[in-house]
Amino acid sequence: MFRFSKPLFVFALFSASTVALAVDKYDGVGRAATPAEVKAWDIDVRPDFKGLPKGSGSVDRGQELFEEKCASCHGSFGESNEVFTPLAGGTTKDDIKTGRVKGLSSGELPQRTTFTKVATISTVFDYIQRAMPWTAPKSLKPDDVYAILAYLLNLQEIVPGDFTLSDKNIADVQKLLPNRNGMTTDHGMWPGAPASKGGIGNGGKPDTANKACMKNCKPDVLIGSTLPEYARTAHGELRDQNRSFGAVRGTQTLGPEAAKKAADAGTLELATKSGCMACHGMKSKIVGPGYNEVVARYKDQPDAESRLVAKVKAGGQGVWGSIPMPPNGHIKDEDISTLVKWILSGSK
Amino acid sequence: MGEINKQPGRLRAAPENFLTEAQIKDVAAGRRDFLRKSLFAAGAAGAALAAPKVVRAAEGDPNILENPAWTTSLGQPVATNPYGMPSKYESQLLRRESPGLARVGGASVSFAPLQGLFGIITPSGLHFERHHQGWHDIDPSKHRLMVNGSDDSLLKKAKVYTLDEIMRLPSVSRIHFIECGANTGLEWGNVAVPTVQYTHGMISCSEFTGVPLKLLLEDCGVDYKKARYVLAEGADGSSMTRTIPMEMVESGEVFVAYGQNGEMLRPENGYPLRLVVPGVQGVSWVKWLRRIEVGDKPYATKDEAVHYIDLLPSGLHRQYSSIQECKSVITTPSGGQTLLDKGFYNVSGLAWSGRGKIKQVDVSFDGGVNWQTARIEGPVQNKALTRFNTNWVWDGSPAILQSRAIDETGFVQPTYGQLRKVRGTKSIYHNNAIQSWKVIESGEVSNVQVL
Repeated sequence: MFRFSKPLFVFALFSASTVALAVDKYDGVGRAATPAEVKAWDIDVRPDFKGLPKGSGSVDRGQELFEEKCASCHGSFGESNEVFTPLAGGTTKDDIKTGRVKGLSSGELPQRTTFTKVATISTVFDYIQRAMPWTAPKSLKPDDVYAILAYLLNLQEIVPGDFTLSDKNIADVQKLLPNRNGMTTDHGMWPGAPASKGGIGNGGKPDTANKACMKNCKPDVLIGSTLPEYARTAHGELRDQNRSFGAVRGTQTLGPEAAKKAADAGTLELATKSGCMACHGMKSKIVGPGYNEVVARYKDQPDAESRLVAKVKAGGQGVWGSIPMPPNGHIKDEDISTLVKWILSGSK
Repeated sequence: MGEINKQPGRLRAAPENFLTEAQIKDVAAGRRDFLRKSLFAAGAAGAALAAPKVVRAAEGDPNILENPAWTTSLGQPVATNPYGMPSKYESQLLRRESPGLARVGGASVSFAPLQGLFGIITPSGLHFERHHQGWHDIDPSKHRLMVNGSDDSLLKKAKVYTLDEIMRLPSVSRIHFIECGANTGLEWGNVAVPTVQYTHGMISCSEFTGVPLKLLLEDCGVDYKKARYVLAEGADGSSMTRTIPMEMVESGEVFVAYGQNGEMLRPENGYPLRLVVPGVQGVSWVKWLRRIEVGDKPYATKDEAVHYIDLLPSGLHRQYSSIQECKSVITTPSGGQTLLDKGFYNVSGLAWSGRGKIKQVDVSFDGGVNWQTARIEGPVQNKALTRFNTNWVWDGSPAILQSRAIDETGFVQPTYGQLRKVRGTKSIYHNNAIQSWKVIESGEVSNVQVL
């Protein structure tokens, strides 16, 4: 009994203190946000336009701003596919009538643009306001956002060239979006209440129903697709993306020639980054000797590598003339070793 | 990394980095002097080592017969690396980009090297990355979390919290996977990428530590009757936003995390504060979290109205698709790897489900005609990666390896044929089809799709 009495006593104390100290308020933690703070950060705009700032902007003003701030990435007409996927294009007058972009199902659309997808113009306003331009997010005033959006809507032939978009008419414009009826929430991938209870979706019912068959599950194995040769090599040398020991090895995908080329390119970059190329050419003297000259001098010396490593590290003078090579304490030992090996193997 | 012995059934010499093809031939012919030389050159940087005794191969492995430098010299002192780093021999497993996937590094993805990871925890430095407008290393003393309502009736008091304050609150630590909704998205139409790093590497799993969001909302006096949605917003340039259902917050599962695998979050993963939304695609786990707004309607933000919407063959897009459904993949052996030998292998992989725990994983070696149930390793946790293993003796003939996960709801991971039948091939997001790896006689493993 004695064995148990002590823990029991401790437990009793603990229970009592739990009751005494039970908190549902976290005193001293957090403070009220000031109205100015909330205003500064709460900039989101919902599909019902809650949060929309007052303001307006014309298509013409938008064109000026777009050319100045947006076109370098998106192209003058929002058509560019160089940096980001295109903003504009891909919809028809008929789509604006029906609210469904036909190209999405007909297969005629080579690539989806923002306006072939978006069903709510609030989304685009909100995003431009919070995240654009790419390198200076949140630098646009509400009037600028209205103007840029007006220009995009005009590019998409949703509004005329003399249009001015404002907080007063933006809800009407939303009703013209070419894909406004193009969204469905009838799926099982929303983790909250279903539509039948005021939420979204079907309550988590999946759309596939595989069976856990164990034996003789099908008559034959249908291969739908195999790895194309270009894809096998497009991700570099796969051998070097796996450990060099263990149960398996990475498959050599590039061959020794290509692998050496890739390694050489990496080492040249290392040499440049480390400052070597400022004084040494690969095939010619600059301030110091060319790497070809180094190879010629050291090629028959068995300890060339260790001597050169020491020389690169500590610096030196005299072998190649009076201009000294400075010590290179800033370069890591293994990098020096890599560089010396590369030089001695005929740097390329 | 050692010896290349002639073994019965050996298919090819190990492609050791320091052996040329000619040298490999030499080894096969029994000439191996150069091997010892290169070994010592590599091992001791050419210095301070006594001349090696000449050892004939017949006497045994020189790695045993001749003690290496690390056995015969003094090692380095403690705290040589005050923040430890992996071995210099572990340089191959890195986060990598898939060429051509994104044209701007600030809005791109780097994939985790699943082909070489063990267990279920992703090392923080190898956690996959997805940024929407680049990443920053935010000064935690200047970071704030604001909680407010879309209007005043939803919340008694809008509040601001500092890290000092958040870290005083009762905390939870939980292991969860995070998977980008677009993971395996490159493969919807056909095989496109060679390795599991690129097919499935937009997933990672960590122990996260933080404060249930429910606690903060209740501290602000949330009105759960009216406020049925939460908007989470980041502090980066994109100030990325996503809508999250209040049901998940009320369940206590959603939390505001500062810890990851025992240390603070890494900057690339949202330092100093991110949202953890278990089972839901990564985009909802808002990084650099600076604001939570409670609302009575969903928000249709850019990443739930222009991107992260799933195109169906009908031309409709599924909006607010969030849950990562049950999925699995074999990581060893996997595409872009080569089996060196016939014989025994421990086939290993990962399974997970956004709807709860993994119940069972089956593995097939014949492209899905016959299946056997794999061993599940370690504790099976809610919405966390689960490691499975199974024994395999490879007889050298072609094989197609597959894994098929079943979660606690009874849902069975679908085949490509089943998935495409309902969703077509242009969905981009939420591809959870059964992955197939083909093994050919040479031992090379490659990515194929079985319908």
